This record gives sequence, C-alpha cells and structure tokens, in this order.
Amino acid sequence: MKFVIYFILILAAAAIWQLVRVVELSAKLKGVDPNKVTDKDNKLNSRLMFLFMIFLWIFSLWCLFNYKDRLLPVSASEHGIDIDWLLNFNMIIIWIVFLVTNSLLFIMAWKYYGRSDRKAAYFAHNNKLEMLWTGVPAIVLFVIIFMGIRLWNRTLEPADSKVRIVEVYAKQFSFTARYSGDDNKLGKANYRLIMDANVLGLDSSDVAGHDDVIISDTLFIPVNEEVNFRFRSQDVIHSAYFPHFRAQMNMVPGMETFFHFKPVVTTEEMRKITGNPEFDYVLLCNKICGAAHYNMQIKIVVGTKEQYEAFMNRHTEFLPAEKTAQVK
Amino acid sequence: MAADMHAHSELHAQSLEHDAHAHHGHHDDHEHHESFVSKYIFSMDHKMISRQFLITAVIMAVVAMVMSIIFRLQLAWPGEKFAFINAVMGDKWGPDGVLDPNAYMALVTIHGTIMVFMVLTGGLSGTFSNLLIPYQIGARDMASGFMNMLSYWFFFLSSATMTISLFIEDGAASGGWTVYPPLSALEKAMPGSGLGMTLWLVSMSFFIVSSLLGGLNYIITILNMRTKGMKMTRLPLTIWAFFVTAILGVLSFPVLFSCALLLIFDRSFGTSFYLSDIYIGGEALSQSGGSPILFEHLFWFLGHPEVYIIILPALGLTSEVISVNARKPIFGYRAMITSILAIGFLSFIVWGHHMYVTGMNPFLGSVFTFTTLLIAIPSAVKAFNYITTLWKGNIQFTPGMLFAIALVSTFITGGVTGIILADSALDINIHDTYFVVAHFHIVMGVSAIFGMLAGVYHWFPKLFLRHMNKNLGYLHFWLTFISAYGVFFPMHFLGLAGVPRRYYTNMEFPLFHNLQDINVLITVFAILGALAQIIFLFNFFYSIFRGTKSSQNPYGANTLEWTTPMANIHGNWPGALPEVHRWAYDYSKPGEEADFIPQTVPLRDGEEDGGGHH
Repeated sequence: MKFVIYFILILAAAAIWQLVRVVELSAKLKGVDPNKVTDKDNKLNSRLMFLFMIFLWIFSLWCLFNYKDRLLPVSASEHGIDIDWLLNFNMIIIWIVFLVTNSLLFIMAWKYYGRSDRKAAYFAHNNKLEMLWTGVPAIVLFVIIFMGIRLWNRTLEPADSKVRIVEVYAKQFSFTARYSGDDNKLGKANYRLIMDANVLGLDSSDVAGHDDVIISDTLFIPVNEEVNFRFRSQDVIHSAYFPHFRAQMNMVPGMETFFHFKPVVTTEEMRKITGNPEFDYVLLCNKICGAAHYNMQIKIVVGTKEQYEAFMNRHTEFLPAEKTAQVK
Repeated sequence: MAADMHAHSELHAQSLEHDAHAHHGHHDDHEHHESFVSKYIFSMDHKMISRQFLITAVIMAVVAMVMSIIFRLQLAWPGEKFAFINAVMGDKWGPDGVLDPNAYMALVTIHGTIMVFMVLTGGLSGTFSNLLIPYQIGARDMASGFMNMLSYWFFFLSSATMTISLFIEDGAASGGWTVYPPLSALEKAMPGSGLGMTLWLVSMSFFIVSSLLGGLNYIITILNMRTKGMKMTRLPLTIWAFFVTAILGVLSFPVLFSCALLLIFDRSFGTSFYLSDIYIGGEALSQSGGSPILFEHLFWFLGHPEVYIIILPALGLTSEVISVNARKPIFGYRAMITSILAIGFLSFIVWGHHMYVTGMNPFLGSVFTFTTLLIAIPSAVKAFNYITTLWKGNIQFTPGMLFAIALVSTFITGGVTGIILADSALDINIHDTYFVVAHFHIVMGVSAIFGMLAGVYHWFPKLFLRHMNKNLGYLHFWLTFISAYGVFFPMHFLGLAGVPRRYYTNMEFPLFHNLQDINVLITVFAILGALAQIIFLFNFFYSIFRGTKSSQNPYGANTLEWTTPMANIHGNWPGALPEVHRWAYDYSKPGEEADFIPQTVPLRDGEEDGGGHH
C-alpha cells in the first residue's frame, strides 16, 4: 500500500515536471519569455487580491462572531473588570486599523494592476501626508499608553499590609497553598529544610508559621476580600495564571513574587453566569516547566465568608497550639 | 630586517598582482581556474556564499516545517495514532504514532530555534546581505571574502550541530527556544536539558560567531566600498535595512553569547549566576544567590533586537520589490530611512516587555510599555508608505511582488496585536498564551518568510541566472497566503480564551474542551500550507537547473545588480565599476520615454536627484 502511494506521488511529480517543460518550451517556440508577467496575469492577480480582501473580511469576522462566546467569561476580579474594559477599547481600535489598512492595501493592488499602455504616476514624497500618518498614530498611541500605564500602576501597586496573605508554592508539577493564619504572617521557609513531609521547607522554629495552614488540593478564597498572593517555586520557573481573574505572575526559584486582587464573583455565581453547573475556577501553570507542564493545575473556589471559615476549620494548622505545648 | 623587507615587498607584489588580475579578468573570464573545492565549498565569492546560505536555510526550513506539522497533529487530535508521526519520530518518540510529551517539547523548542536563527537570521540576512550588498553598492565583493567564508561555515556548523542534537538518546533541547534556566540548566528538570541542551548551546555559539563575522563584514563593506557617486542617501532601502540589521546584530549577539556562557558555567562548573534555592530530584542544590531574571534580561537584550534583525531585511527587500514592480519610486524614501533608524534604536530599549509578569519591578513595566508602544509609530509610517507606493502604480504581479504585498498585509495584521501585548496591563492576562504565538508568527514569522520568498523569486535571476516558473509561483503564493491567515488568525482567539502556549494537549482542562474545533481548523490550514511549500521546493530546485534563462534586466530595475552580466564572474563587473549619478527610484519619471532610469545614467541638465524635497 505504501509503495503504491509513493509511486503515485513520484508519478505526479514527474507529470508536473513534464507539464512545466511543455508550457515553457511552447512559449519559447513562440519567441516569448514564458515567465514574463503579462497583462493577463496582472488582471487575474489583481482580481484575486480583491477576492482575498473579501475573504479576509469574512474569515476574520466569522472567527470573531463564532468564537467570541467561547472566550473567557466576565472577570471574576475587581481589577479584571478594568482590564477587560481597556482590552475592548484597544481591540476596537486595532480591529478598525486592521480592516481599514488591509482594505486600502488590497484595493490599491486591485485597482492599479499593470497594463502595457499605462504609465505609473511619479509620486515620491509628500510632507503633509507623512506628517498625517506619523501624527495620528502618535496621538492614538499616547492615549493607549496613558491609559495602559495608569491601569498597570493601579493594579500592581503594593498591597496594604492588612490584606490577607496566601502563599502559592510551585514544584514540578503541582501547586500548594499556604494560608497565613490569624496573625497574617507566613512562617519562614528554607529550601534546605525540605523533607518528605515538609514539602515547603517550613522552619518550625519560627512561631509565625505555627498557625499556617497548608492545603494542596484546593485554593479557597473568600469573595469580596482582597487577597495578596505570594509566590515561590521549588525547582524551575512556573507561572501562576488565574485566567478568570485576569491575574498572572511568574514563580521564580530564589525569589518571592506577589500579585493581589479582589475576587468579586463566587464559584456558584459563575456557574450560573456560564450556564455550566460543573464550572470551576482554576489556577494553571503558564511557563514551560517540563514534560507534564500541560497538566499542572489546582482548583480555585471562591465562596462566601462563612463557607471560607467552614473550609478552613476542616484543615489543621502546621503546628497547632496544643501540639506545640506538648513539645514544650 | 631584510626578511621583513622581503615579506613587505612580497605583500606589495601580491596586491599588485591582485589588482592586475582584477583588470585582467574581464578579458577572459574562463582564465580564472578554480578547483571544485574553492568554487563550491570554501568559496570566498559573495554570490556563492549567498547561495550556500540560501540552500542551507531552505533545508533547515523544511526540517522546522515538518516539526510544526507533527506537533499541530498532536494539538488538533491529541492521542490519535498517526503513521506519519511514527514514520518520522520512530518508536521511541512516536510509539504507535502518538507523540511523546518530551518529544513534543523538543519539537516546539527546535522549531522555534531553527526558524528564528537558522532560517530567518542566517538564511535571510546571510542570503540577501551577501548577494545584494556588493551588487547594489557597486563593489567587487565583500570587504573580507575570507571572513565571509568563515561566516558561512560557522553557520553550517551551527545548523549541523542543531540537526545532530535531534538524534541523541535523551532528545534535543526542550525548554522552549528561550531556554530559561533553571529548566534548561538542570538535567533533572527534563531529559532534554542534558546533552541536548549542551549541543544547543554549542550550536548557538557557532551561530553567534557566524553572525558577528557576517555582520562586521556587511557594515564595513557598506561604509567603505560604495562605488563613486553612491552616497548614503542614494542607497537602495535594501542596503539601509541590511546596514541597520548588521549593526543591531553586532551590538546584541555578544550579549547573547555572555548569556549563554554564564549558562554553560552554571550547567557544567557549579556556578550560580542563574540558580538559587533549588530543590530538585530529592536534593537541595548548593547553588545560591543567582537569579533567573538575570538570564531573562540578558536573553531579551538580544532577543528583542533579534526580531528586528529578522524583520528589517524582509522590509528592505519588500521596499525594493514593491517599488520596482509598482513602477513607482518608493514613497517617502527619507521617511523610510528614518523609520528604519528609529526602529533600530528603539529595539534596544524595549526588551522588558517580554518580562512584565516575571517579577520585574512594576515601575520598569511602565517604562517598557512606553518605549514599546512608540515603535508602532515608525512601523505605521512604513506600512502607509508601502500602500502609497502602490497608489497609481502600474503593478506588475510577479510572484515576488505578490509576496511583498502579502508581507505588508501580515505586517499590519500582526503589528496591531502588538499594541495589545505591549500594554503591560493587558499583557497580564494574555502573557504566554496563544495570543502571543499568533502575534509573533504573523508579524515576524510569516512576514519575514514572505519577505524572504519575495526576495528569492525576485532575485532568482541574480542567484541562479534563471527564472522560477511563474505559474507555479502564483499557485504557491495564493495557497500560502490563505493558509497563513487560516493558521494564525484563529489562534488569537485561543489566546483570548486563556489557552497557554507549549501545552502538549489542552484536554486536561475542561475549560478548553469547547475550543478543540479551532485547533482542528488551524491544523488543516497548516497542512495545506505545508503542501503548498512542496510546490515551491519543486519550482526552486527545478528552476536552478532547468528554469528559463533570464535576460540581464528582466524587470526594468534601476539598481546596480542588474547592470552586471548574466554570468557569475569574479568582481561582478567585467570592466570598470559602474558610477552612480542618481537615487535608485527613478521609475516612471515624467518626460522620460522608458519607465525606469538606472542609477548609472547621469542626471540631465537641471534634473533634480530624487528622494529630496520639491
């Protein structure tokens, strides 16, 4: 079977070869260069340029209308609403530029196809035109820059110290959450202390860490309360990507990184919004980190304050007070 | 002393002889006897070196393209068995026709590396800077033919090493083409970070040597060896583009070299430039105090100029092809030069936009947002100038012209999404998603390939003295253009839906399940595009040997390469070097019979040289 396919392919190639030869030789006999572009070629290709413009309009808009409902649902975080607004604002601008300039290009190509009885215009330079298309993009870009930087600064400004700190710790290929407990302080950790049970390398001599709570299957956060995430990594660079919350920060071994946001839509509410009763928020790894990079994730649940407290009560602290007392 | 004198006079005699030879050569071209080795292998002739670069790049491009088809099959139909995958990847990496996850990582890594460096840097600059710099400035060859030869052979070594790395036991480098440590530094992190990564670094070191030898040569040749009358402001835009490209390369590749060198130290000699606080494979590493962020800074200090090293030559070729075939002067010649210079300058102060969410200080994010978005201004000027060049033209749709027009389209389409990505606030949520993949493939991948193909079709008569087949060219173009948009336009929507890049499959996340038809659509177009390249390959190799012979100036172009005879002779011009009297863009000048005036034609009384002010 394979040989039949190869045989057909070779025959096809030989046929094309011979066809090309025949066309070129017959043109040579007529005394014309077979590869010189003719008026007919120009007309054909200019029309194809026009058709391509129509194809590009239809195809791009088809993509937009066909796929837009499958993009991420409304932002589940407060700053994400602003990001979405700015994204839409910029998207409208670039869609207009994309359609208008491409259309201009293809219309020129369609309209001014070469004819042997015509001569092109000699138009080498025009200051006014060039000022126009330097100035207008410059003005539009300054608006975009201004709005972008303002939002960036607002989103990334350091969190207030009262904001709840939650650590997300990454290793190949899983995430672990550590809650800072009532004191809102995470205990010290050191990678040299990592051992079988002590996955995060916590330093048990640091009292601040005794009430920390480590949870590795779910990242539970209460709605309408700011959370300050602290990120660490054990081995290689990972990236904590919260697509539904429009948040992302790389997790870099040897340093701490931060990102804070306020979730405003609970999992229950988002299930209603998306019409999907099985919907769950997810935190996924978005920096190439090894063979199982494609499956590094942890479920995120956003619940009410009561649900959050109930959840935390089901989990034990790193070194509960009674245990510490026993040790003493 | 005497010996010294002797050596000196010998050198003098040699140079006299060389001179005499150059003058002599034109009486009888066949007098210059060369062995097979000095003519085809260790050639110092810019035209032969150009062909060597091109053919090597074409082969590497085929390798990279086959890789892309393999991982596209996996992405569209994850877990499906393909005899094709098994046939190419073997039983180890494609057991039963299903791609192995580590092999997937290696494929995306090497696909990126080959395309960025071997095809679009070495292939594009190497081919066309070599071919066109001496030709278009009116020089007999490069300033140093020997360095030029070395440049090709280091490029060959680099390509060969990269290819060899595909066949080793643990697989090729697989940490992504950006090879961020610690992933690329630690063998325990992934198998490809062992010997595969070592070979990657060796290959890149060769590549950097090649690029520097070539780049220095290009700069010196352009500055010192222009023929009489060829002022900088009379240079074709191709040469301006190659010139700025070479400067960018010379300034940024050494930084990549230091970046790679420190990585070699971390990998092999236990230093900790990039490593700190790492626990891997049940062991706490002793390295402490380094930072992977340092690597990212060094890498992107090359990496961002690199994308302009790729796109500027393509834009330069396009400027020439569009002007010649629209039979019009390029619109805004001086604005085009200014734009190239502005893009070149800005390209050095924007690298941080690759690092908005790496933990870099947020204040720096604002700075890089500002500088990055500024680049859109000179880019917009270029796009509008191309469109205006077509306006009221008399467009000759050669296959080269079609690719040049397509480049303008993809440069616009890919450029506008850069506005989203440059915006640090918006980058947060689309960083490292398929939106990025779509953006850079259109704006620098597809555009640069289109520029390269435009160059190959257009200058084929100068490369191989023949024409490529026109009708196969048309077929190749239209299929390629449609599939390029078919592949990369829908990809933006995957990114906006939050799909991360470099995932072996998206099926582990219910979130992405309803996007699978987009991946199928993309792969179908990718296969169509790959099949279209078979037409090109056939046409390319067929025409090298059997294409119709070209006349001396088949397009009626003004630049100097078309004043050389249709034979590849040493020194390019049999007689004296041509003298230049005007800019390169006097097409369809009013009051002239012909629609072109070559640069060698003296200005008439009272005629103004173009490009200036009216």
